[in-house]
Amino acid sequence: MQSQLPLYPEQASNFAPHVDSLMLFIITVCLFFAVSVTIAIVWFFFRYHRKKENEVGVPLHGDSRLETLWIIVPLILAMVMFGWGAVIYVDYRHMPQDTLDIYMIGKQWMWKAQQPNGIREINELHLPLGRNVRIILASEDVIHDFYVPAFRVKMDVVPGHYNTMWFRPTKPGRYHFFCSQYCGTNHAVMGGWVYVMEPSDYAAWLAGASGGEANPVAAGEKLFTEKACSTCHVPNGSGRAPSLNGLYGARVLLADGSVVEADDAYIRESILQPAAKIVAGYQPLMPTFQGLLTEEQVIVLTAYIKSLQSQPVPTKGSGVAPSEGKK
Amino acid sequence: MSEEFTLPNHKTPHEHYLNATYGIRSWLLTTDHKRIALLYLASVTFFFFVGGIFATMIRIHLLTPSGTLVTPENYNKLFTMHGVAMIFFFLIPSIPAVLGNFLIPLMIGAKDLAFPKVNLLSWYIYLIGGCFVLYSFGTGGLDTGWTFYTPLSSIYSNSAVTPAVIGIFINGFSSILTGLNFIVTIHTMRAPGMTWFRLPLFVWAHYATSIVMILGTPVVAITLLLAGLERMFHLGFFNPALGGDPILFQHLFWFYSHPAVYIMILPSMGVVSEIIPTLARKPIFGYSFIAGSSIAIAVIGFLVWAHHMFVTGQSTYAALTFSFLSYLVAIPSAVKVFNWTATLYKGSISWDTPMIYALGFIGLFLIGGLTGLFLACLGLDIHVHDTYFVVAHFHYIMVGGAVMGYLGGLHFWWPKITGKLYPESLSRLAAIILFIGFNLTFFPQFILGYLGMPRRYHSYPPEFQVLNVLSTAGASILALGYLLPMVYFVWSMRYGPAASTNPWPATGLEWKTASPPPTENFEVTPVVDWEPYDYRNRPDLGLVAGGRLAPTHGDD
Amino acid sequence: MHRTGELYGQFETLEQQKDSATLGMWIFLVTEVLFFGGLFLTYSINRHLYFTAFGVGGNMLDLRLGATNTVVLIASSFTMAMSVWAAQTSRKKLLPIFLLLTLILGFVFLGIKYVEYKQKFDHHLVPGHSFDLTYRINHPGPGDDAKELAAEREEIAGALRTEAPGGPQEALTALNAHAQLYFSLYFGMTGLHALHMVVGAGLLVWVLRESLKGRFSAAYNTPIEIVGLYWHFVDIVWIYLFALLYLINRHAV
Repeated sequence: MQSQLPLYPEQASNFAPHVDSLMLFIITVCLFFAVSVTIAIVWFFFRYHRKKENEVGVPLHGDSRLETLWIIVPLILAMVMFGWGAVIYVDYRHMPQDTLDIYMIGKQWMWKAQQPNGIREINELHLPLGRNVRIILASEDVIHDFYVPAFRVKMDVVPGHYNTMWFRPTKPGRYHFFCSQYCGTNHAVMGGWVYVMEPSDYAAWLAGASGGEANPVAAGEKLFTEKACSTCHVPNGSGRAPSLNGLYGARVLLADGSVVEADDAYIRESILQPAAKIVAGYQPLMPTFQGLLTEEQVIVLTAYIKSLQSQPVPTKGSGVAPSEGKK
Repeated sequence: MSEEFTLPNHKTPHEHYLNATYGIRSWLLTTDHKRIALLYLASVTFFFFVGGIFATMIRIHLLTPSGTLVTPENYNKLFTMHGVAMIFFFLIPSIPAVLGNFLIPLMIGAKDLAFPKVNLLSWYIYLIGGCFVLYSFGTGGLDTGWTFYTPLSSIYSNSAVTPAVIGIFINGFSSILTGLNFIVTIHTMRAPGMTWFRLPLFVWAHYATSIVMILGTPVVAITLLLAGLERMFHLGFFNPALGGDPILFQHLFWFYSHPAVYIMILPSMGVVSEIIPTLARKPIFGYSFIAGSSIAIAVIGFLVWAHHMFVTGQSTYAALTFSFLSYLVAIPSAVKVFNWTATLYKGSISWDTPMIYALGFIGLFLIGGLTGLFLACLGLDIHVHDTYFVVAHFHYIMVGGAVMGYLGGLHFWWPKITGKLYPESLSRLAAIILFIGFNLTFFPQFILGYLGMPRRYHSYPPEFQVLNVLSTAGASILALGYLLPMVYFVWSMRYGPAASTNPWPATGLEWKTASPPPTENFEVTPVVDWEPYDYRNRPDLGLVAGGRLAPTHGDD
Repeated sequence: MHRTGELYGQFETLEQQKDSATLGMWIFLVTEVLFFGGLFLTYSINRHLYFTAFGVGGNMLDLRLGATNTVVLIASSFTMAMSVWAAQTSRKKLLPIFLLLTLILGFVFLGIKYVEYKQKFDHHLVPGHSFDLTYRINHPGPGDDAKELAAEREEIAGALRTEAPGGPQEALTALNAHAQLYFSLYFGMTGLHALHMVVGAGLLVWVLRESLKGRFSAAYNTPIEIVGLYWHFVDIVWIYLFALLYLINRHAV
């Protein structure tokens, strides 16, 4: 789905129109200088062509005012280009708050993407239209780069680092993505497609897609037992830790008297930094799982805990705030 | 060329540097800078061929989207080896080691460089480095990209990385010693009266280049050494699994490799700064600005390296700084272009081949340099980084710029170096073929890049095919443009008419001695009392002062 | 072949020749600064990132030997400076003596370096498959001082606690990896320096031979001067190495 005039890709993200406008500006400035200098050279080439063998040119050694002019004017134009580009870049590097987070892992020579609900994709990425999307990039081996020309965005994927990028798809469609940092033999075929869908289509896709992976809720349940979470987080509230029934989306009373909502971020933090927020009436006994769980595992655990939303909340031994019961 | 003007009955002098001594030992053990320059000419031409063959194969392979000429592994080796051969063994030495070596002593009125034996050593070091790299090419090849990013090059690649890295390391010392030689020579061996501001701009350009060579090359040497050691002994400088950082490699690598591009372009600008005033028969416009801009490019060029790393996840602050500095480094180059153009104004312009090359240089360098502004722009670079836009940009500068300058310089000084003239019409035709072929090859690549085709791809989506085919078509024309000079230059050495001492005529000291020069360069050490490019006060040039365009009174 | 002291063909005057030689050596030394500089930068960055492991590694270096070497090199710079003085004042008998002293001190340095390297080799501190930071404390040898060993044990234990909270085995792996980085840089930097010392020794032998033939005097002593420049540079590099490798984060024993 290229544009009819194949000089630039489709504009399918919030950044694309800005990048293209900037491109047009710089092209215009450069064209002006390139054309003027070329015309001058061609003009002089013909106008001052040597007529007689022993003639010389007029000795003009220089002109400081001219030099100053053609230092200052390009400098000003350069600063405009710099400034405009900087504004776009700063926006690009500064993640907005409300993003849909996708994890992408690059490895020789494929991409693995993980949606927030645990669904995994290989060499494909389904995204909802109009949502701010943040991609967290990791590499399993060498440096790769995730590049979507239609979005005008790319970011290196460096082993040992996490890099993040964001954009907002603005046009439904199917867009090529490429690996754009040479990574070995099959660098050129390490690409795929980004599918931007209407939000309702995206939701439907999320619900129905299996992608060949195990149900994240089942995977999460299995992990819950394996990692011995169930030892303390007993469903009927009799364990050393609060029951997780009905927790997801509810309000939780903390030991310091504050109340927080048990959303994805809260659950993630509770697993990785349990000492950050202690539920009222409980001791800070939970060990940290930082470094002991992969991102994917945290996500499936969250999916499992979310699935416990509809389970009966015990009257004693739950983290859910008492006022919740009054609703 | 002004044949009808030159001294009548000129012939090649009886004894000169080419025939002063005979035998292979007199060449392989020479310390005459002029002979060493020719030794370099032979070897850089060889590597140009090597790199050129790889380029030809690349462009043929890219005629079809799925690529049918070679396997993906071999394609990756082709572009890597093309880059390594061209950058380290052709572009970086070319003008300095061939034209610089030959001309700098002549231009300043000296008998030779300060350290002639070190000069010869430089050539042998270059050869040894070249042997290691050729060994790498021949035993499994190299497929890491000329940039050797880790951990691909230090751990994952299965190609002959180690010998290549050793070869480039060794070759670096050739560069360092050449730069050292030039700096000392220019400081201490100028003839009486040859003050700094009477130096030809070619010498200024090489002085600036030499500063970059001596300061930058040691850093890439140690970087490649560390990467090689990491590969050989499983050390962890750049390997995240062992606590190292791949981005550290990039910083260290680009700290040299960005200034390296100025090593490649500054000498070429020096050549253009000689050709234009000579073939327009007037002083260069803005001499001190051109000289100063060479130094400015050398200095600022050291401060911009991380513009190759805008999307590595570096801090936003660092990116802003490097983008800003990268815009600053563009300004001195712009100053040069304006000054060269202004020099043509009210000149007496000959249409000889060197002028065609010089003007071709300006046109192509203009496009290449201006497209650098796109890449320095942070917002744009996110989109075009590591695409064919970058490939087009650097080929415009390195091939359209540096190689055009090199060829233009060869044509300009060929009569001095060989004492022979090449066929004028054929050479003009070749220059024009080159210009056209070059644009056809590389301009489509700007569009390809903006459309999103990444670089280093052995296959590509079908919608990119038309532009790739155009590019390959242009490459075939380009190849013809390169082959022609090789043929007629060789022809001229045997069959070309003899050149006079000063066929253009030009005002530099090198033109005051015979063509070809005697081994000791000058019979008597010259004493300089004229300004550079001064066509009015040089009766020895045989030109009529105050000719048709010159005023009959005063100055300007 | 030209004999030293004669005017080489490309120069007009002896003064031009001397100026060229001196400037040439200065520029060469600038390139050496950049060459070592890359290593120093890598070292600094890694020390900042892994100061615990680098602290442990640094304390495993023998401070006495390192300090001795520093004194030896500074003394050799002194004798080198004396050689230049002797040459400049035409003291033709004294000159070879000072050069010889410089050479001997250089060899002493290299000899001590050999001993240090051997110690590292014996203690499994050479980067590679058999690198093991804990080798010495686990396999004490007859010559090992008990207090030193205890201090080292304490040091490593402390480092393990801060290296990685994951668990003792992971911490040891991380500590070994980071300490290996330290020792890679240690061997790289001191090895490169030692290589330069060997070249310097070669240069000293050359000028020593020429000085025995009485070639140098107030009228002509350029080779002594430029060898002196080189030697002083190699000395200065060592002083930086000593400070960076041995002294930072040094604990009292």
